[in-house]
Amino acid sequence: MAQIAVPQNQMVSSAAAARSAAVRRFALNDAFFRGLTRSAAIVVLLILGGTILSLILGSLPAFQAFGFGFLTTEIWNPVTKKFGALAPIYGTVVTSFIAMLIAVPLGLGIAVFLTELCPPALRRPIGIAIELLAGIPSIIYGIWGLFVFAPFLQVYVQPYVIALFGNVPLLSSLFAGPPYGIGMLTASLILAIMVLPFVASVSRDVFDTVPPMLKESAYGVGCTTWEVVKNVVIPFTRVGVIGGVMLGLGRALGETMAVTFVIGNAHRISPSLFAPGTTISASIANEFTEAVGDLYTSSLIALGLILFVITFIVLAIAKIMLMRLEAQAGR
Amino acid sequence: MNMRTIIGAAALAFSVAVASAADISGAGATFPYPLYAKWADAYKKETGIGLNYQSIGSGGGIKQIQQKTVTFGASDMPLEPKQLQASGLVQFPTVVGGDVPVINLEGVKPNELVLDGPTLANVFLGKITKWDDPAIQKLNPNLKLPSTAIAVVHRSDGSGTTFIFTNYLSKVSKEWADNVGASTSVQWPVGIGAKGNEGVSNNVIQTKGAIGYVEYAYAKENNMTSVSMVNKDGKVVKPDASAFQAAAAHADWEHSDEYYVILTDEPGPDSWPIAGATFILTYKQPPNVDNTAMALKFFDWAYTKGGKMAEDLDYVPLPKNVVDSIRKTWASEIKTPDGKPVYTASK
Amino acid sequence: MVAAAIGLAGLFMIIVVLFWQGFSGLSLAVFTEMTPPPGSSGGLLNAIAGSLIMTTIGVMVGTPLGILAGTYLAEYGRYSKLAVVVRFINDILLSAPSIVIGLFVYEIIVVPMGHFSGFAGSIALAVLVVPIVVRTTENMLNLVPNTLREAGSALGMPRSLVIRRIAYRTVSAGLLTGVLLAIARISGETAPLLFTALNNQFWSTNVLQPMSSLPTVIFQFALSPYKEWQQLAWTGALIITLAVLALSIAARALSAQTTQK
Repeated sequence: MAQIAVPQNQMVSSAAAARSAAVRRFALNDAFFRGLTRSAAIVVLLILGGTILSLILGSLPAFQAFGFGFLTTEIWNPVTKKFGALAPIYGTVVTSFIAMLIAVPLGLGIAVFLTELCPPALRRPIGIAIELLAGIPSIIYGIWGLFVFAPFLQVYVQPYVIALFGNVPLLSSLFAGPPYGIGMLTASLILAIMVLPFVASVSRDVFDTVPPMLKESAYGVGCTTWEVVKNVVIPFTRVGVIGGVMLGLGRALGETMAVTFVIGNAHRISPSLFAPGTTISASIANEFTEAVGDLYTSSLIALGLILFVITFIVLAIAKIMLMRLEAQAGR
Repeated sequence: MNMRTIIGAAALAFSVAVASAADISGAGATFPYPLYAKWADAYKKETGIGLNYQSIGSGGGIKQIQQKTVTFGASDMPLEPKQLQASGLVQFPTVVGGDVPVINLEGVKPNELVLDGPTLANVFLGKITKWDDPAIQKLNPNLKLPSTAIAVVHRSDGSGTTFIFTNYLSKVSKEWADNVGASTSVQWPVGIGAKGNEGVSNNVIQTKGAIGYVEYAYAKENNMTSVSMVNKDGKVVKPDASAFQAAAAHADWEHSDEYYVILTDEPGPDSWPIAGATFILTYKQPPNVDNTAMALKFFDWAYTKGGKMAEDLDYVPLPKNVVDSIRKTWASEIKTPDGKPVYTASK
Repeated sequence: MVAAAIGLAGLFMIIVVLFWQGFSGLSLAVFTEMTPPPGSSGGLLNAIAGSLIMTTIGVMVGTPLGILAGTYLAEYGRYSKLAVVVRFINDILLSAPSIVIGLFVYEIIVVPMGHFSGFAGSIALAVLVVPIVVRTTENMLNLVPNTLREAGSALGMPRSLVIRRIAYRTVSAGLLTGVLLAIARISGETAPLLFTALNNQFWSTNVLQPMSSLPTVIFQFALSPYKEWQQLAWTGALIITLAVLALSIAARALSAQTTQK
C-alpha cells in the first residue's frame, strides 16, 4: 500500500508544482495584458489632454496681450500686430448655421423618403450610396466648389440676385457686392452639400428605430404619410435626430478643406453673404506656416483653441442627447 | 499574419524609409518660384541633387528659417540689418523681377489699360469701385470702359510680392501709407484673399472685373492681361524685362548694408515702378553645415549657369559685380563652428 | 420627395464631374512620373508613394493602440470611471477638427525635431486612426456573447488568453472593418498634413524629411493657374475617391459577413 502511495504523492506534488507555476505565469500574463490595455486607454486620455494643453500653452501669449477683447475684436493686422478673433468666429458660426439650415431639412427629407416612400428594391442601393458619399474626403468638395460651383454661381446666379435685391431695403445689403463667385454663401452651400449625406444617413438610422406597429396604427386610422411623419415618427425620434444634427454641426464647424478654397480669406465681417470672409480653420490653414512672430502664431493657436472649445461643447451636448435616447430605449 | 511577420515588415519599411538621400530644403517666396523650380529641375538633371522648394510665401520662408526647419528661406522682403543681426542670418539677392497689376476686363488687351500710382492705391483702398470711374477713364481716354464692379484680389498669405506692392502704394499714396502700410501681410480694406501668386492668378482669371497683383512670370506664363503704369518720371511703361532692368540699374548693391535695397518707384524714363529683388536667408553659423554648403553650391551654379533660364521667364539676372560681391559675402560671413567658410565658390 | 431629389441630384452631380475631370487626366504617366514644376507635364508618383507610406505608418501605430484601448473599455474597464471618461473623450476625438490635431503634432514633433517630416505626418494620421479603431473594437467586443468567454474560463484559460484567443478571433472581421474605415478616413485628410509633412516635389521615401502626399498636392495644384497642375489635381482627387470608395465597400462587405455569422 505504501509502495503505491509514494509515486502517487510524487506525481501529485509535481503536478501541483507545475500547476501553480502555470497559474503564476497566467496571472503574470493577465496582469501584464490588463496593464497594457489600461495604459492604452490612458494614452488616449493623454492625447486629448496633450492637445488641449498644447493649445492652451500656445495661445497664452495672445490672451495675455489682448485679454478677452481677443474674442470681440475684428481687427486682424499683422503689421501692427493686433489680432482679433471676431471675424473667423463669425465666419465659422454663420457658414455652419446656414449649412445646417439647408442640410437638415433636405437630409430629413431624404431620410423620410428612404424609410416611408421609397420602393423597397431601391432602398438599399440609395442607402449605400448615401453612406459612401458621406465618406468622400472634404478636399474633393473643395475643388469641386472652386472649379465648378463658384464659377457657376458667379455667372448665372449672383448677378441676378444682386440686381433683384438691389433696391429692396434690407435684403440689398444681404446680397450686395461684386459677384466674386466665392464668398460666405458659396462656402455655406458647399458645407451644406458636405454635411447632407451625414445628416441623411443618421436620420435614416434613427427613423428605422420607430416600431412599425406605431406607424401601422397611425396609417390604420387614416393618416397620410405626411401626418404620420409629423405626428409619429419625428416626435418619437426627436432626441436622436437632434443628436445626429448636432454631430453634423460639429463636423461643419471643424471643416477645413471644403471651406478654405471658396471662402475668400478676408478677415472682415460684412453684412453681404456674397462677400468674402474667413472661418477659424481656413485662417489657420492659410496662415499658419507663415505667421512670423510669436504673437501671430499664438493668435492662430488661440483660434484653434476656440474652435476646439466650440466643437467640444457641441459634441458634448450631442453625446448627452444620444445617451438619453439610449436610456429611453431601455438599454 | 502573426506578430513576427508584422514586425519584420515594419522594420523593413522603416529602413527603406530612412535610407534615401537628403535633398536641399528651402521654403518661402512664391515670387521666384517658377524660376527656382526650373533651376531645381535642371540642377537635378546635371548633378542628381534635388532642391525641395516649397512656395509658401515670404512670410513662411522667414518663419521657417527662423525656426530652423529648412536650410534656407526665401523672401522678397529683405530683412533689415537689425533683424538680421538679431537672428544671426545673412541675406543675399538672387534675381530681380517685377510686380504687375493684372486684370480681367472684357475687351481690354494686355498692357492696354494704363493706371498710375494714386489711382491704383484708390482701387485697392476701395475708393474706386467701378471700372468706368472718371479717374481711370482720364488715364485711358481711348478705351471704352464698362461699368462693371471692380473685384479686388489680394494675397491671403504672408508675401514678399505683397511687400513690394504695398511698399510702392505707400510711396505714392499718403492715405495708403497712413491707413494700411507696407508689409508681407496687411489688413486689406477690400477684396478677397488668395493663396500665393498662383491663387491670385487663378482668381483673376476666373473672376470677371477682377484686378490683382502678381509677379511678372505668372502673368506671362498664364497669358494674363497686364496693366501699363505711369512711372515716377511720368512716362507710361509696359512691364517686361527691360523695364525691370532699368529700375534695377539704380540699385547700389555693393555699398548697401546687407543688400537691403528696395526697388519700387525708381526714377528713370523706362523704369518699371513696381520692381523688386528676391532674397535668400540662411544662417551665419548654420546648424547643418553640409546642407548649407549644398544650398550655396546650388546658388553658385544658378548664378553661373542659370542666367538664360531666368531671362526666359523675364527675370533680370544680377550683374557680375554683384554676384562676385555675394560670393565674397559667403566666404566671409557664413562659417563653420571652427571659423572656416562653409562654402568657397570656385571662381 | 422633392427634397430628396434635390439632395441626391446635387451629390451625384459632384461625382459625375469628379469622374469626368479626373478620368480625362488619367494615364500611365500619372503613376510613373513625379510631380512636375509649373508649366511641365508629369505625374503623381511621389505623392501616391508618400500617401501610402504615411498612411501605412499611421495605421501601424494607431491600430494596436486603438485595439488595446478598445479592449480595456470592453473587457476590463467596462463601467469604471476611467472607462466612462475615456469613452467620452474618444467620441470627442473622433469628431474633433483635424486641423487642431495638426497643430498639436506641430508643437510636439515638428518644432523639437527642427524640420517637417513624413514621420510627423504619420503621427498626425495615427492620432486620427486611434478613436475610430477604439470605437469599432469596443463595439465588436461587446457583441461577443458572454457564454463564449465563460466557456473559455471554465476550461482554465486566463483572462488575457480568453480575450486574445477567443474574443479577438471571433471578431477579427469586425476589427478589420474598423481598420479599413480608419484608412478610408485618413486617406483624404489634408489639414493635419499641411504643417507636419509639408510637401516634396521629388521622390522621397525618407520619413525624416518632408514628404509629399496626394491631398497636399491636390491642395497646392488646385489653387494654381497652371492647366497641367489643375488636371493633376482632379486626377489625384479621383484616385483618392476611388480608394476611399473601395475601402468603404470592402468594409461593408466584411461587416455583412460578420453579422451573417
